[in-house]
Parts: sequence; C-alpha cells; structure tokens
Amino acid sequence: MNSVILGASYIMVHAPDMVIHNGSTQTTERTVNPNSEYLKEIKNNLRTFDQVVGYLPNQVYIGNITPDELAKHEMPWFDKPMEGATREGRFGEIMPQDEFILLMQICDVFDLVKLEKEFVTATKAKLMNHPLFDDGLLGRIKEGEELDTIKRFVEKEHAEAIYNNGVLVGCVKRAHDIDINLSGHVMFENLVSKASNVLALLNLVSKNNINKEEIEYIIECSEEACGDVNQRGGGNFAKACAEVAGFVNATGADTRGFCAAPTHAIIEAAALVKAGVYKKVIVSAGGSTAKLGMNGKDHLKKGYPILEDTIGGFAVLIGENDGVNPEINLDLVGRHTVGTGSSPQAVITSLVSSLDKAGMKITDVDKYSVEMQNPEVTKPAGAGDVPMANYKMIAALAVKRGEMDKKDLEEFTKKHGMTGWAPTQGHIPSGIPYLGFCREDILSGKIKNAMIIGKGSLFLGRMTNLFDGVSFIIEANKGRQEEKSAISEEEVKTLIAKALKDFASNLLNE
Amino acid sequence: MDLENQKRVKEFAEKYGPENVVVILGAAEGEAAGLAAETVTNGDPTFAGPLTGVQLGLSVFHICEPEIKELIDESVYDEQVGMMEMVLDVDDIISEMSAIREDYCKYL
Repeated sequence: MNSVILGASYIMVHAPDMVIHNGSTQTTERTVNPNSEYLKEIKNNLRTFDQVVGYLPNQVYIGNITPDELAKHEMPWFDKPMEGATREGRFGEIMPQDEFILLMQICDVFDLVKLEKEFVTATKAKLMNHPLFDDGLLGRIKEGEELDTIKRFVEKEHAEAIYNNGVLVGCVKRAHDIDINLSGHVMFENLVSKASNVLALLNLVSKNNINKEEIEYIIECSEEACGDVNQRGGGNFAKACAEVAGFVNATGADTRGFCAAPTHAIIEAAALVKAGVYKKVIVSAGGSTAKLGMNGKDHLKKGYPILEDTIGGFAVLIGENDGVNPEINLDLVGRHTVGTGSSPQAVITSLVSSLDKAGMKITDVDKYSVEMQNPEVTKPAGAGDVPMANYKMIAALAVKRGEMDKKDLEEFTKKHGMTGWAPTQGHIPSGIPYLGFCREDILSGKIKNAMIIGKGSLFLGRMTNLFDGVSFIIEANKGRQEEKSAISEEEVKTLIAKALKDFASNLLNE
Repeated sequence: MDLENQKRVKEFAEKYGPENVVVILGAAEGEAAGLAAETVTNGDPTFAGPLTGVQLGLSVFHICEPEIKELIDESVYDEQVGMMEMVLDVDDIISEMSAIREDYCKYL
C-alpha cells in the first residue's frame, strides 16, 4: 500500500538584521565595496514585522490564503498589505526576529549562543505567551550576559554577532579555536537552520494533533552542512532537531541535493513507510541566512523594499495508508539521470515523462508544483517568473507530445499551474510549498492528483556540471475511491438472490 | 552573472585571446540575457565580480538567436532547444542582445 501525507507545516522567520549582517550579497558587498551606496541604503528599505505578516505571498506560505486567491491580486504585492493578517497560520506561523534569537539559544546544546541580559528578560516574556513553547523549552533559555562580555567574544574571539533592531544583543561563539568548520559564522548558520527546522516541527505536531512518540524517523533536507575538520558535512541535523522537538523515539539522517533535496527526501520517506521499515516519517528543513537579501540590489534599484527578509522552514509527515489521506504513488517517480543532459528541455522531459508508465497524458495531472518562488522577488532581478517558466515548458512538452494544441499553452499554465508564493530560500520553494494545500485540495475533491517536481543546481558545488531533479505523483486515496465505487449491501443481496434463483431454476429444469 | 563564471570567462579570454572566444547564453528572459551579455562585454554592471570594470568586448549570443540557430543541426536543435524556443520571448531577447552587441562588442 502506498504511503500517505498526514500533514504539513510551514514557518517563516522575519530576520531584518540578519539580512544586513549575514546575507551573502551584503557580506560580499562589505568585502568588495565597503562604502557602497547599497550598504548605506539597505537599512532604510527593510520591512517591519507587521509589513512582513501582511505580505500576501507570506500569508499563502503559512496557509491563511490559497494560491488561487493570491493570483487574483495584481503585482506589486508589497504595497497591498492584507487586512487583518495574523502571524498565526493554518499551516504554521511567522516568527519575529527577537523570539527566534531566543529559539536559537533553546536549540544550542554547546553553550555557544550568548545573549544580553535585558534582551533575554524582555523577549522571554513574549515567548512565554507563545502556545508552542512549554516549560521544557523555555527552561533552556539562560539568564543572559553583560553586554561587555558579548562584545569581548565578538571583538577578541571571532564570535558571530547577533543584532536586533540594529543593536548588538548577543553572539554565537566559535566552537573550536582553529577549525573553520566550527567557526562562529558556520555555527551561526547551522543554528539558524536548526532552530527554523525545530519551529516547523513544533508547528507540525501542534497543528496536526500528532503524538510525538509515534515519530520513528526524520529526514532533514536543508542545504547546510554540519561537521568538523575531519568530516565537514558529517551531519546530523535530523536527529539534533528531533531531540529539541521532543521526538524521543525517533532517529534520522540528512539528505542533500541542493533544491531537489526535499523531493528526494519525500520519495525516501514514502518508500521507507511503504516498505514497512517505519510507520511515521517526517521530512523537514530549516532555512538559510546566506540567501537573505540575495537580490537586494535589484530590489532597491527598482524601488522595492528588501523582499528577501524571511528565513523559511517546513515539515511534512508521511505515514501508513489510512484509506483517507492522499497517496504518494511511487510507481510514477520521475528522474533526471546522469545521461539525461542539462538543457532545460531535457530536464523537464525527464521529470514529467514518468507519466508514460501509467499511460497518462500531461493534461491528466490536475496541478503541477514546481519551483514555487515568489515572482515579485525574482522578476525585478531579471530572473523572470520562475514557476511560470516551468509551466510553459511543461505545456510546450505537452504540445510536442501531441497531447495539446499550441494555442492552449497559456490556458494550460492557468489551469495546471499556480502563482508562486514561496521565499527564495533554495530548497524551501522547490515543489514542497504546495503539499499542505495539495492535501486539502485532494481531500476536498477539488483536484484528483498533482505532480511535485524538485530541481537542483548541483554544479554550484563544483563536483559535477550536472543538473538534477526528481518528481512524484500525489493522488486521491484509492481506498476512498474504491469505497465510492463499491457496490452496496443491497446490491450484493440482489445479486446473490438472482444467482440462487438461477441455480434453483437450473435444478428444476434438470 | 555568477562570480565564478565571470572568473572563468575572464580566464578563457586571457588564455585564448578575446577575439577567439564566443559566449553563448541560455537565459530565459531578455533582461537576464542582456545583463549577462553586458557583463562579458562592458563589465559587471553589479560591480561585484571579477569582470567589474573589465571591458572584454567578447562576441556574445543567445542560443535562440538566428546566428546561432543556423549553425546547429536542425534535429539536434529541436531536441535540445525547440521547447525553449516555443515559450521564450525570442524577439525581446534578440533586441536586448543586439543592443548590447552594438554598443560594446569589439570583435564582430
């Protein structure tokens, strides 16, 4: 029996100070061009927490409005805040930076995160009102340090500074004096990834009434690496996050593959459950600080605020077939192989043509979830509307396969596609953002199936020039379909009665 | 353009001579193609990479431009680029690329 999707959570963290101090575009600029206008201007073009909460694509990400509703609003979206928007979402939440900094300390088990006393007192009071933070988690927050102590760590001991509202409020100490894999900078990035992942796990549990003790395995699929000088990417974020989230009966491991990793991970999880190895597996990832403000220069140039000001995270629970929830059809897995080639045409063909195995046409799939980047972020940077470019390619493939007329190309992108809403955090927008809505859309009968496509730019790691991608199909639970089409008790009785009558009349004739 | 790619383009131009290097782009938008073309001709307009202030003036084309298309075997082109060609705004790409070539290209 195929595994099913039992729930999904999506979280964001508003991190304006991390845009300035930890986003790679900004840190590179500080090295190459320290007196640039951009660095001077960026502070004046960051959004407030309320603006980030009211931003329509963010409200889609946490599940409060649907992608269809977003599509009804014309871009630009940043100047059309949603009225009555809240930080709490049906699928997750948007957390402000100060609370998140405390969560980083909660997730730190090596006493590396040092926070200033007054900041801790003020922010802990806020976090105490957060419904997902129990005494166990809050008890991990330390009393705090004097500001001078933190300054000394930053100035003399290579600690990575943590700012809030432009003020130094803490630091992440280096975890080794010489090993660059454990530097303050790397530990900071890894703790951000871990903490945002934990927030997604906490939301998944609470929003789906999950018994934490039933979780047996976690696959973490972010793009960070934790390890030391002898094993740079040794891992294991998955188990580290499971520990903080309180999954006492779980173990896990990390899966890597750039932006394609989440889709690889869902296929792995679905296979592990289908094979009976584990009953409940979570696939999850935290976000990245390096990608904050990645396209900031273009945004400011075109009069936009810095739109890449949030860290993303998600978690998906895969379980045994319950006869209700949507199934992951592992017979229809698409793969970009070593021999596929790297042209966009070859890539999309390899991922979508898995439908041939079931004799399905491209138009037989109701929705395609591709790289769901928010186009308002990518368009001003000259990268175009990424989901739309994908949908056009899928439509072009349908035309090439003779399954659709060329004149219907645009209609296809509307009917089978969606407007992008996810933050440009690499693995975060890749196929996965739709899983929450997809589960609901299939359960409600709005759609019968969907294809999730994850693609990854492996060449960025300089180990291969190859591209990568995998895809899978989610479909309505067959148990349910059979239930609908099954014959009723009344019909069975009639059939048996008819058979007996025929039998009796045969006997009489003999 | 990616900083590492800028470095590689610069190295190729130095090794083989800028007059012997042709850059072929596959960007999905006219604007993105134009930015990359500007980078390898007039220098990095974002002032971030190794081609900042370096005016290589290289010959640069997009894969969907007729000058390149006619050099490629028709069936191979259809197999590798046909779908892209179907969905891209080729006219916009051609106009962006031509403008950059006219302004900055030194070897045509």
